[in-house]
Amino acid sequence: MKYEILPWLILFLPLLSAAAITLFTLRCKTMSSLISIGAVAAGFVMTVIFVNANGIHFSGETSTNWLSIGKLNVDFGLKLDALSMMMLFVVTGVGGLIHIYSYAYMDEDPGKARFFAFMSLFTFSMLGIVLANNFLEMFIFWELVGVSSYLLIGFWFEKPSAGDAAKKAFIVNRLGDFGFLLGILMVWGLLGSLNFSALQNSIIANPAALGAMATTAGLLIFCGAVGKSAQFPLHVWLADAMEGPTPVSALIHAATMVAAGVYMLCRVLFLLDADALHVIAYIGGFTALLAALIAVQQNDIKRIIAYSTLSQLGYMVMAVGLNGPTPAMFHLTTHAFFKALLFLSAGSVILGMHHEQDIWQMGNLRKKMPVTFWTFLIGALALSGIPPFSGFYSKDSIFAQCLEQKNYLLFGVAVFVAALTAFYTFRLFFVVFFGKEKSEHAKHAHESSLVITLPLIVLAVFAAIGGFIGVVNNYASQFAPDHETLSFAQQLMEPLKTPIPMLIGIGVALLGIFLAFSLYKNATNDPLPAKLGKLAEAMKNRFYFDEIYEATFIRAHDFIATVADWIDRWLVEGFCIGAIRGGTDLSGRALRLMQTGNLQTYAFLFVLGVALLLYFVLGK
Amino acid sequence: MHVGLEQYLTVSFLLFALGLLGVIMRRNLLVIYMSLELMLNAANLALVAFSRFNDNLNGQILVFFIITVAAAEVSVGLALIVALYRKRQTAHVEDLTSMKL
Repeated sequence: MKYEILPWLILFLPLLSAAAITLFTLRCKTMSSLISIGAVAAGFVMTVIFVNANGIHFSGETSTNWLSIGKLNVDFGLKLDALSMMMLFVVTGVGGLIHIYSYAYMDEDPGKARFFAFMSLFTFSMLGIVLANNFLEMFIFWELVGVSSYLLIGFWFEKPSAGDAAKKAFIVNRLGDFGFLLGILMVWGLLGSLNFSALQNSIIANPAALGAMATTAGLLIFCGAVGKSAQFPLHVWLADAMEGPTPVSALIHAATMVAAGVYMLCRVLFLLDADALHVIAYIGGFTALLAALIAVQQNDIKRIIAYSTLSQLGYMVMAVGLNGPTPAMFHLTTHAFFKALLFLSAGSVILGMHHEQDIWQMGNLRKKMPVTFWTFLIGALALSGIPPFSGFYSKDSIFAQCLEQKNYLLFGVAVFVAALTAFYTFRLFFVVFFGKEKSEHAKHAHESSLVITLPLIVLAVFAAIGGFIGVVNNYASQFAPDHETLSFAQQLMEPLKTPIPMLIGIGVALLGIFLAFSLYKNATNDPLPAKLGKLAEAMKNRFYFDEIYEATFIRAHDFIATVADWIDRWLVEGFCIGAIRGGTDLSGRALRLMQTGNLQTYAFLFVLGVALLLYFVLGK
Repeated sequence: MHVGLEQYLTVSFLLFALGLLGVIMRRNLLVIYMSLELMLNAANLALVAFSRFNDNLNGQILVFFIITVAAAEVSVGLALIVALYRKRQTAHVEDLTSMKL
């Protein structure tokens, strides 16, 4: 392996940048942002050099012993294979563009330097997850991602809603992480190692090594992905996390953090047995459906895209569950392109609209913001799965995977979700960019600066062509070694091999777009609630998940907290500690009476003591 | 009447008890001080008696030391009492209870 030092540099440069900004340049906004952008851009360049030198179809590890306690040996190492290389490209490439975009987006914010310090810290944590070669290392970076996402979501902490959203994201993630940690411990207990390669070897050597606990261990590990990738029932944090600045939404909730769960599942796919995969597939499918339904009736531009992210993550998890890591990672990569594009375009719209996020206040922005309009259109087409945009290829591979596994129920769900996806995406698109201006802000909207539109254009190019530039080859080389490398034309024509899902996919996407077109072309308010009644109300209120959790888990938790508080206050502190404290106090008060201050009393007691001593020593 | 060690020790004990009683009962610091001297001399007497009856001079040497130290102690103690009297205008122990909480 050539240039072994490069992956280490890629990993640690963002950490250095975060440290440098926090310690030295917090007062200089421009300097801080340039350091941060430089770190991630250098990471991208080094990834390119490294892949050029070694090729992408290789598998290696570089590690150093970190701690060894008894039987537990943990390395701090980097796993270098096609999977982590592709993720490096996504994190440093898409992440780098988002950093550049943030330079302009956060320009007027007084906390810009702090923002870039957090962004660098986040990039470092995410790269750590991607490169980790063992479970413990991955878990540490997993938690670091949780912390840095907390910092980023709560960046505008003076807004109470942002602070609450940050806490919610962190706590909900911790719930999932708890299961993840249990799963890791279980795997270590049963197989005696935490290293991915060692685990894989022991599973290959003895497929039943996990024994009766295989499903439990698999599902516990999946808990981590449920939290990070915001799957049902822990999906509630992601939409609230939109309180953070828009580049954060693009970075965390499109390209990286939420992808970590799917990436982790693909990394440890060999540990998941058939039953666990089954559960994973259905949870993914259910999340996809649920989130798509909710997205149909949201009115905040970022929330719509957030629910769409949830839905697409559901697709990826479902694909993993259907034993298709290649389609899952393929969709993850194209999704990173087009969803980051959509978020950043939405950010550009929000900037143009002077921080208005309600789509019913926008309208006719096509003329005022032409670049944003075109890039958003490309993103929307990719998300809806219209050929030849990237989303079409990856989504089609998931459809094909459903049929290959003969899971017609999930295929139906996937197709229905695809229709919904096209519908809500173009609902947003038509309401924002067509029709009449629905507010004063919309009339005075303006196109954003070049620093903002340039990343949009680059991402738009990748969102358009991402489906046939070899992404799928690289993943397939990881997961199916006998996979033949497809040429450019073969990739372009790949969906034709399975014409049924392809035609159905295109058909429902067009249907969704057509429905959105006919309903929202010139709408000034939403016609759906009148037609759907109660259902639309439920979708708008996100199926009352927050309220249900509030009424059950949070109530129950409050009750337990009250009881614990009572026990602590009255039993522990009042009775146990109180008795000790009171006893000491009382005896102290009694003993104090002996201190008369009279010299002769002391002398008398002293003599008494001597007399007693003499009696005991001599008298016996 | 033969005067033996027992008689000396009895006198020494009586002197010591008288001194101790004075220390505990009397209120005037000067008198307490004198009683203390009495106790010291009771100890001296016992030491000299032991020395005499054991044919060993060690006890008498120790008595010389005690007398010397007692003289030094008296000068310091009396100076303290005078200083205390100047400050408080009293030499009665009941009035000197500022150590009490």
